[in-house]
Amino acid sequence: MDPARKRRLRLIVALGAAAALASVLVYTSFSASTEASKPSQVRPGHAYELTGKVVNGSVSHAGDELRFRIRDRDGHRSVPVRYAGAVPDPFREGREVIVSGELRNGTFIAERDSLVTKCPSKFTKEKRRS
Amino acid sequence: MAGIGSACLAVGLFTALYAAGASIYGAHRGRRAWVTSGRRAIYCLAGLMVAGTAILQAAFLRSDFSYALVAEGSSTDTPGFYKVTAMWATQDGSLLLWALLLSLFSAAVLFLTRRSLREIAPYATAVLGVVAAFFLVLMVGWENPFDTLAAPPMEGNGLNPLLRHPAMMIHPPLLYTGYVGFSIPFAFAVGALVTRRTGADWIRATRRFALVAWTFLGTGIMLGALWSYTELGWGGYWAWDPVENASLMPWLAGTAFLHSIMVQEKRGMLRIWNVSLVCGTFVLALIGTFLVRSGILDSIHAFGASTIGTQFLVFIGLVVAFSVALILARLPDLRSRAKLDSLLSREAFFLLNNLVLVGLCLVIMWGTFFPLISEALTGDKASVGPPWFERLTVPLAIVLVLLSGIGPVLAWRRVTLRGLRRVLVAPLALTLLALLALLGLTDASQSPPSLVMFCLVAFVLAAVGQEFWRGASARRTVTGEPWPRALVRLAGRNRRRYGGYLVHAGIAVLFLGVAASSAFHDQRDVRLAPGESFRTGDYTVTYRKPTARLGGDSAGTGAPISLGAVLDVKKGDQRFTLHPARNYYPTQDPSKGVVSRYFEGEANSEVDVRWGLKRDFWLAVRPDLASLDRPIREADRRFPGASNDVQAVVIAALTERYRSHPPPAAFRAIVSPLVLWIWIGGAIAVLGALIAVWPAPEARLRRVRSLYAARLGRELSRA
Repeated sequence: MDPARKRRLRLIVALGAAAALASVLVYTSFSASTEASKPSQVRPGHAYELTGKVVNGSVSHAGDELRFRIRDRDGHRSVPVRYAGAVPDPFREGREVIVSGELRNGTFIAERDSLVTKCPSKFTKEKRRS
Repeated sequence: MAGIGSACLAVGLFTALYAAGASIYGAHRGRRAWVTSGRRAIYCLAGLMVAGTAILQAAFLRSDFSYALVAEGSSTDTPGFYKVTAMWATQDGSLLLWALLLSLFSAAVLFLTRRSLREIAPYATAVLGVVAAFFLVLMVGWENPFDTLAAPPMEGNGLNPLLRHPAMMIHPPLLYTGYVGFSIPFAFAVGALVTRRTGADWIRATRRFALVAWTFLGTGIMLGALWSYTELGWGGYWAWDPVENASLMPWLAGTAFLHSIMVQEKRGMLRIWNVSLVCGTFVLALIGTFLVRSGILDSIHAFGASTIGTQFLVFIGLVVAFSVALILARLPDLRSRAKLDSLLSREAFFLLNNLVLVGLCLVIMWGTFFPLISEALTGDKASVGPPWFERLTVPLAIVLVLLSGIGPVLAWRRVTLRGLRRVLVAPLALTLLALLALLGLTDASQSPPSLVMFCLVAFVLAAVGQEFWRGASARRTVTGEPWPRALVRLAGRNRRRYGGYLVHAGIAVLFLGVAASSAFHDQRDVRLAPGESFRTGDYTVTYRKPTARLGGDSAGTGAPISLGAVLDVKKGDQRFTLHPARNYYPTQDPSKGVVSRYFEGEANSEVDVRWGLKRDFWLAVRPDLASLDRPIREADRRFPGASNDVQAVVIAALTERYRSHPPPAAFRAIVSPLVLWIWIGGAIAVLGALIAVWPAPEARLRRVRSLYAARLGRELSRA
């Protein structure tokens, strides 16, 4: 095979491999992803990543299950959440949390161990120069 | 003093800009004095940054709350050990740490290369000066760590309890050292491109810095994993969190770089690839810093929204544009004359390993930024979870481990089939033996990916062991040394090669731990009253009694209240006792009552782990404070203006009540096999990297001789 043809072949193989990897990435990520939504946006029959604030006074334990409500960051619509599994240490009422799951009969049934709490505001910077 | 600190930053900014300007001017006009002056300006910058950091640290140690940063991130009751670390728990403090490390690294590399690389070094100085100037601009313009408060509070916020862990004291500086370290090879690569000296000189001068940076970054990641495992209370060590990914990406790109520069050194190939990789690594390091500080992606590490996200993005964009433009402009100089002789050669496998590493890096990057990508494309901020990452990274990791076993035993240029058979028979036989043993003696076959990984680990260890054995036995036939001495001398004479092999062995051991603990761990979440027990795996766990300590928790984090449990664990004849606890830190929130603020602030787990070479037993407790709610509220009402002494008595009574009338508590128990080997493997890899990076005595001797010869030459020419 002459060198020019060989080089072209190699280029095509390399580009083909890159394109294959790219399409695998695109395909798998869009099919496996969950949407991030506010409580006012969740509808039954979809997997969601629910983000919002834990409503004050809504946290209770029932057996191994944790129950609380999440409300929109800047609104009042809220949904009840039932969650089992690890509770992150910074979890508190009024904190911003992220939890995955889906809505069933008006209650958000969370996946096990999917609760993530954002670092509390006390340890973040308030804007000093405003 | 705060004024002096601010002045250090402002003067530092001008010094950095002067260093950049003077060295470019000097190099352009051929005036050595200006170049020397630019270099010395970088030494001066390092001095200024050391002074600034010392001032800030002194303020933290004194608990001087007139500094906004100290009031924000420390308090008088923060233990001294953690007052020191509080600096990099804050955004401004971590920027100062970046600038400090960058200036120290820059000064070190410029000092070491002051008599060599005359053409490249001035431009490298300029690049380092500009990068330092960027961080200084951020501090001077937006995030000054020396801001003061007009009315200093009596008490500071305190250090985030989550960060009160020994690993967190050193994890951020190690990561930053890694990030910063990669700016050195980047700067010299730019210098090499600008001056069209695209040979291997810039690589030889900075290879060691790249390896040091890689080692620091890797150690930082390992310590972060350890912190996650023992402090975060969820029992895992890796969660594919954006910030974790952000530290892994430059590490992977850096790993690829360390391999591909060997190909350039030995064969003069892959020049375009190398300069692109080093630019990519540096950009990824900047992105790593940016992700932690910007809050652009949802993460437990995203410490809220930041004020400097835009500036970072602009700078990253400029670096990318500049790098791409420079590489494109120099493409003709970068074309290599050498060709790949054979697909069955070390360089071909290095290239393959590079492709896999960069592929891994791209996969992780895609997953990390997927929320932004999907928001741009579909309008929904969707994200991919750990299962997605695992599905794509596990096959790549398997290929990578396989390559790390094959690569080192192949020769450069070309391997004959006979030669291949000679080096692969023994490792393959051992791998087969390991496979049979795994199938016969364990239930590893339940998880095929883990089984494959176990076999590959055996293969890598056998291949690396064979290399050591062959080298040492060759020495023995020549010198007649006993085995241990032959091994030590062998590694000592050829540090880069055998240090590298040791790194491969360490990474293989690390993957052994990852594969075993991720596929075969057993986790139970239970709720127990004292006296009750539960079984997990072969372990029987009994909740003996609750504990309550006031002041001085066992881990020394300075928590006033620590509620815990004593549990007896039994497995066959083996018995041991664990003491997990949960620390409670008061909040300054004025809306809470004087007593309830002690219970409603931060709380975090002090996990108790029974470490073992075969398996770990990991236990965390979450006391249920619901039964104390009513007495706490009662106390709030009865003692609204209570003095500290009264508060202490009330809290003592409350915790005593928890101890004497214990409600059921929630426990999480995890049995993880071989998880300790992750850190043992990491330690082996670090050891190997240190061996590889340590200058050989001959090299030192050579350098001294050449310096002496140079001085002699100068003296003679003057005479």
